[in-house]
Amino acid sequence: MLGKRAKERLRLNIMRLLLIVVTFVYILPFFWMVSTSLKADQDLFLIPPKWFPIPPEWSNYKNAIEYFPFFTYFKNSLIITFGSVLGTLLVSPLVAYGFSKIYWPGRDFFFYLMLSTMMLPFAVTMIPTFIIFKKLGLVNTLWPLIIPSFFGVPMHIFLIRQFFNTIPDDFIDAARVDGASELQIYWKIMLPLSKPILLLVGLFQFIGSWNNYLGPLIYLTDEEKYPLALGLPLFLDRYGTHWNWMMAASTLAIIPIVIFFFFAQSYLIEGIKLTGLKE
Amino acid sequence: MRKYQRRNFVKGLLFILPWLIGFAVFTVYPIIASLYFSFTEYHVTTKPQWIGLENYKKLFSDVLFVKSLTNTLYYAAGLVPIGLVVGLVLALLLVQPLKEIIFYRGIIYFPSIVPAYAFATIGIWFFHPYLGFINHILGFFGIDGPMWLSDENWAKFTIILLSQWGAGGTALIYMAAIKDIPRELYEAAILDGATRWQMFKKITFPLISPATLYYLVIATLGALQIFDLPQIMTEGGPANSTLSYVMYLYRHAFTYANMGYASAMAWILFIISMFLTFLIFRTSGRWVFYYGARR
Repeated sequence: MLGKRAKERLRLNIMRLLLIVVTFVYILPFFWMVSTSLKADQDLFLIPPKWFPIPPEWSNYKNAIEYFPFFTYFKNSLIITFGSVLGTLLVSPLVAYGFSKIYWPGRDFFFYLMLSTMMLPFAVTMIPTFIIFKKLGLVNTLWPLIIPSFFGVPMHIFLIRQFFNTIPDDFIDAARVDGASELQIYWKIMLPLSKPILLLVGLFQFIGSWNNYLGPLIYLTDEEKYPLALGLPLFLDRYGTHWNWMMAASTLAIIPIVIFFFFAQSYLIEGIKLTGLKE
Repeated sequence: MRKYQRRNFVKGLLFILPWLIGFAVFTVYPIIASLYFSFTEYHVTTKPQWIGLENYKKLFSDVLFVKSLTNTLYYAAGLVPIGLVVGLVLALLLVQPLKEIIFYRGIIYFPSIVPAYAFATIGIWFFHPYLGFINHILGFFGIDGPMWLSDENWAKFTIILLSQWGAGGTALIYMAAIKDIPRELYEAAILDGATRWQMFKKITFPLISPATLYYLVIATLGALQIFDLPQIMTEGGPANSTLSYVMYLYRHAFTYANMGYASAMAWILFIISMFLTFLIFRTSGRWVFYYGARR
């Protein structure tokens, strides 16, 4: 018979083994991508495949870059993403303040109205929204992908409001008694106290905009305005049979995300606690 | 309204004003406009022509519409339950008290933030019938792997399978829920001689049911709108077996400039989404359990 301690240790080691297997499965597609991106043409067809392409065929990256204007796409992705993050951070907390720290008749009505819009499929509003931007002459510009965030993003307003609600009213009432205006309270008290949630919401918006595919697909037609979301599939269409170039382009497209993830992962993984979704 | 109430009313409205304007322009107007367009023939460059229920009538005899709808229900029926099980199993593994657990969490969570457009290109190659990794491995074990995305019987399933690489997001929500369960409950259960499976069934699963409710709503709405992966990987093929609802809607709206027809599709999707969301919430009273909540 095993002792209780030994049994627990055995159980943990089984879990560890399972985790190593699962982690391996989750890393495999990326390993296969990088490995392919460094293979010479003839090595693509080897059976069994070469796991580690030695010597690495760096010229795939040179070829990929030649046909794949990575930096143009990257720049456009950055503009869309930073524009949206800016919009979200400027406006969403402001709206959240109105839903959290000011007590006014009708507030709950508007709040629940806003929550209900979160369930609205994008496809329902997509066509008339496109027509609005068309009439404004903004189709085939990056603006339709940035502007909406300047009207507040319901999901983010909701998350920030949850956080605001945890800040005691006493603080704010004291400031009100001292004659501070709501904007001063918002700017000088609420925002500085809310850095963690603002950071998290900014990261969410970053991922959302960077990963958005349908939006750019609807609005952009000129290739020099394409973000990575359209550039990579375009490359797939044209050079899809050059698997090693294709994987080199994919690797290039994923490197910024890896760098982003490296810096953001602890906030993203721990940040779930701030969202109040656990309740 | 008293005077201070009126003052607060104005202040409150001013703070939410940006959202309120956005709501009017980007939500209320589009919903009404798309309802109107759905009763018209509308090709953007000319004025909408009222044709009554014609679009709706045409839709139900449109073979591709029916195909895209059944495909989408297939996606939802696969993505939602499989995603739940994978997310939950990952979460149960990722809350184990191991020193290197942060390392596993990072790697398993990472693919969930990789954009679908990048994942799609990797996925095509990974599941390539002759040169892909999966069929190499299957071949190593003497199994003749299927054609995956090139076989109309396998293509949708391949997309569902590939989507599981993004299950880290669900796992994260479940992890937070599991960590919140009071330890005393397990200690009491152990004293009573409960097995691990009993503890999972009677303690863990009921206590994370609010997270399950959240997951079901989000995942169902997401599955109904599946677009990126099939659009990039197969463009709907082979034989329209991966054509999703939103892909077909997109095609009518932006390839054929058939805005009226597409708007009718949008409204049907709207009604299906509302119905399923309502159904989930309606049954949730029976199985969602809020620990410590007053009843």
